[in-house]
Amino acid sequence: MSKPKSREEYEKTFAFRFFRWLSGSKDPYVGEVEMKVQEETVLPHETIIDRMREAEMRRDKVYDEEQNKFARIFHIIYVAMAIIFCIALVAVLLVTVSCLPPDGNASNPVNNVVSKRYIEQGLQETGALNIVSGMILTYRAFDTFGETNVLFIATCCVMIMLMVDDAILKKQAAMNDRRFEPKNDTILQGVAFVLCPIIFIFGIYIILNGHLSPGGGFSGGSIMGAGLILYVAAFGFKRTQRFFDEHVYKIAKITALCMYGLIGTYFYMTGANGIENHIPLGIPGHILSSGIILPINICVGLEVACTMYAFYALFRRGGL
Amino acid sequence: MTLFQCILLGFLIVCAVSVSFSKNLLNSILIYMSYSLVMSILWVCLESPDLAITEAAVGAGVTSVLFFATLKKIQAIRIEMDKPKEEAGQSE
Repeated sequence: MSKPKSREEYEKTFAFRFFRWLSGSKDPYVGEVEMKVQEETVLPHETIIDRMREAEMRRDKVYDEEQNKFARIFHIIYVAMAIIFCIALVAVLLVTVSCLPPDGNASNPVNNVVSKRYIEQGLQETGALNIVSGMILTYRAFDTFGETNVLFIATCCVMIMLMVDDAILKKQAAMNDRRFEPKNDTILQGVAFVLCPIIFIFGIYIILNGHLSPGGGFSGGSIMGAGLILYVAAFGFKRTQRFFDEHVYKIAKITALCMYGLIGTYFYMTGANGIENHIPLGIPGHILSSGIILPINICVGLEVACTMYAFYALFRRGGL
Repeated sequence: MTLFQCILLGFLIVCAVSVSFSKNLLNSILIYMSYSLVMSILWVCLESPDLAITEAAVGAGVTSVLFFATLKKIQAIRIEMDKPKEEAGQSE
């Protein structure tokens, strides 16, 4: 173990200079290179208008089809190519459809061992009355995990592009309280007051009954997201932030994704190695049944609801 | 296929064509919304109610709202404003 260096000694090393440069605390050019602030050129108003008119004239000349022969030819070719491409695409798709095997034929490639197994033993193995839910959340849980990740990454990308700095948001909020939302509309608020609870309860019902009745995490989550959007549109971001701000959003989203990953990993590890897993299947038809489907449905629902609301909020004002 | 489904399918084609031929962007979105709604009824007819729920919530609800938000952001639809608000907008 080397002896710890003193402060003066450390300041002479390369590492110190490198990290100082990295953190930007000292600009290496200050004091060494002569720097002069460029003067801002101020154009008179007439010049700007003249230049704009000039550019417009030039543009008109370029795009004027009677004068410009190239533009005319290009336009004709453009239209012709568009029509040809459209017809070719339609023809290819129609030929493909006509080559498909007839519907309901016993020898179709769809009717193989996999779907037979799903239909015959699905209820026994997954414990879900809704066979679609049982299929996508147990046999194909890995697929659905990928889809959930896609949603997560999509919101991340939208956040990178559209998120506005907090300081700017606050300044805008101080300027005009309800700049981003419609005005206090009595009809909208009355309708939202009645509808929002019903929409939320319907969404929760669909998520919790995903293994018993049609629906599931994605449908229920999107309904809840739509309800949140309606609430924001009616009552504004300030009232929504009382129960759903960025902090809650982060916690809900990350927790849901991690929970899904953990449950899925446990299920797959035990299944692949032939170990008995300790999640009881329960009695089919009860609400607490069918093993991992119910918790995964809740996770997916949370994720989707957060995504829908985040898209709207980011598009609307650039922050949650 | 029943007559009802045929009517709905015809409506789908009419919607799909008129979306591309409408000059007004706001009208396009409204037609697109009705397209999704008809599609969700068709999903119910085809006995897949889970898809119908998703189509109604995502296609007719969230996507169109996002379109509206985008159009408002790029100022493609004009919002009617009261006088004081307009003055505040000019003084910015």
